[in-house]
Amino acid sequence: METLLVASRKGLFVVRGRGAQWAIESHHFAGEPVTQALADPRDGAWYAALRMGHFGVKLRKSLDRGATWKEVGAPAFPLKPVQGFWADDPTPWNVDLVWALTPGGADEPGTLWAGCMPAGLFKSQDGGQTWALNKPLWEEPRRKGWFGGGNDYPGMHSVLVDPRDPRHLTVAVSCGGVWQTLDGGGSWSLTARGMTADYLPAEVADDENTQDPHRVVSCGAQPDALWVQHHCGIYRSVNGGSQWQAVKAPSPSGFGFAVACDPRNPDRAWFVPAVADACRIPVDGRMVVTRTDDGGKTFTAFGDGLPQSHAYHLVYRHSLEVAADGQTLAMSSTTGGLWMSANAGEQWHCVSRDLPPVAAIRFA
Amino acid sequence: MAMVRVEFAASLRRHVECAPQTVAAGSLRSVLEAALLTAPELAHYVFDDQRSVRKHVAVFVNRHMVLDRVNLNQQLAPDDRVLVIQALTGG
Repeated sequence: METLLVASRKGLFVVRGRGAQWAIESHHFAGEPVTQALADPRDGAWYAALRMGHFGVKLRKSLDRGATWKEVGAPAFPLKPVQGFWADDPTPWNVDLVWALTPGGADEPGTLWAGCMPAGLFKSQDGGQTWALNKPLWEEPRRKGWFGGGNDYPGMHSVLVDPRDPRHLTVAVSCGGVWQTLDGGGSWSLTARGMTADYLPAEVADDENTQDPHRVVSCGAQPDALWVQHHCGIYRSVNGGSQWQAVKAPSPSGFGFAVACDPRNPDRAWFVPAVADACRIPVDGRMVVTRTDDGGKTFTAFGDGLPQSHAYHLVYRHSLEVAADGQTLAMSSTTGGLWMSANAGEQWHCVSRDLPPVAAIRFA
Repeated sequence: MAMVRVEFAASLRRHVECAPQTVAAGSLRSVLEAALLTAPELAHYVFDDQRSVRKHVAVFVNRHMVLDRVNLNQQLAPDDRVLVIQALTGG
């Protein structure tokens, strides 16, 4: 049996099963928005990031797979300076949501990274009890050039820890490009070369600092192989993000939010297309998942088991996940759909069409 | 010593218990900070990262809602009553 954590607008769901047989096992934080979840592979701890409508961001932790939860610290910004370069920062220094939760390296028990909106990166070294803002990136002057991509403020949605070296992190910001550190966050480089933003004036369309990567993922077996679902299409890098190559838009569309990469095969990746940024619904009301097996040269669209008529599901950037076997996939939508695939996305099985809007899913 | 009464509504206490209490009178900020010393985990429910009252939390002094969320320098008088609630919203 495998376990999937489903972070939704109205609580966290625990889903268990295998193959075509999956079922909702339990519901936690009923009624509370949950924006991200994590099952830490190092110690088995579960985390749920809440975005309480009245009381702000909270982080809950379970050491017994959801039987009990306790509150731990939540990322929070320091006091905003009243003088100096950041005094006129239009971005509020208040964490609005935790958008990414990533465990540190295998040899760093207790280390967690949180990407937030606004786009601060926070680190915990004590299993979420306390958090510290990564100041080198937050105080990077080019941050003033970032802007919100459909949100009020820029947000950090992707935080990747290199399995070969946990001091090497890759983070992505909508809209603020892709940034990397090789020294555990002490210094950062902007690594979005090759991306193009057609929403910007042509003269600055290639500006790395204002690209809108919707999600960045890497191949577990070959971490230098990266995929991005960008606002303006799909990109791939085979050299750790030093250079990005645009991938020809697959049919029926190259627009979307989610991307997943086979953990063993860097040439295989999945996407969930929508019509366009101004029309965020499946093309012709038919929901499909596209997959490439050859590094983006060709794609196949799979709809078997997915709604094929008058379907208006949108799959958010954290709502398509592949399990460690490279065959089991999970996908969830803003319209409360949850589907599983046991054969690499070629056929899908509906678990529910009645969930709250889903923000994120994670295999546990 | 002049004292004021501070109470957090049940919608807050269901997350972190904090019984009604009396604390020394002073500015509204000093009163709230003093009351939260007994339940420091509740502070992040009331205040945001900048130590301002959260947008969807409301503070009443007696029957009047406090509009200032940032400075909280209103001076409270002996026997004033402070009530902290969740601002009701939604549809």
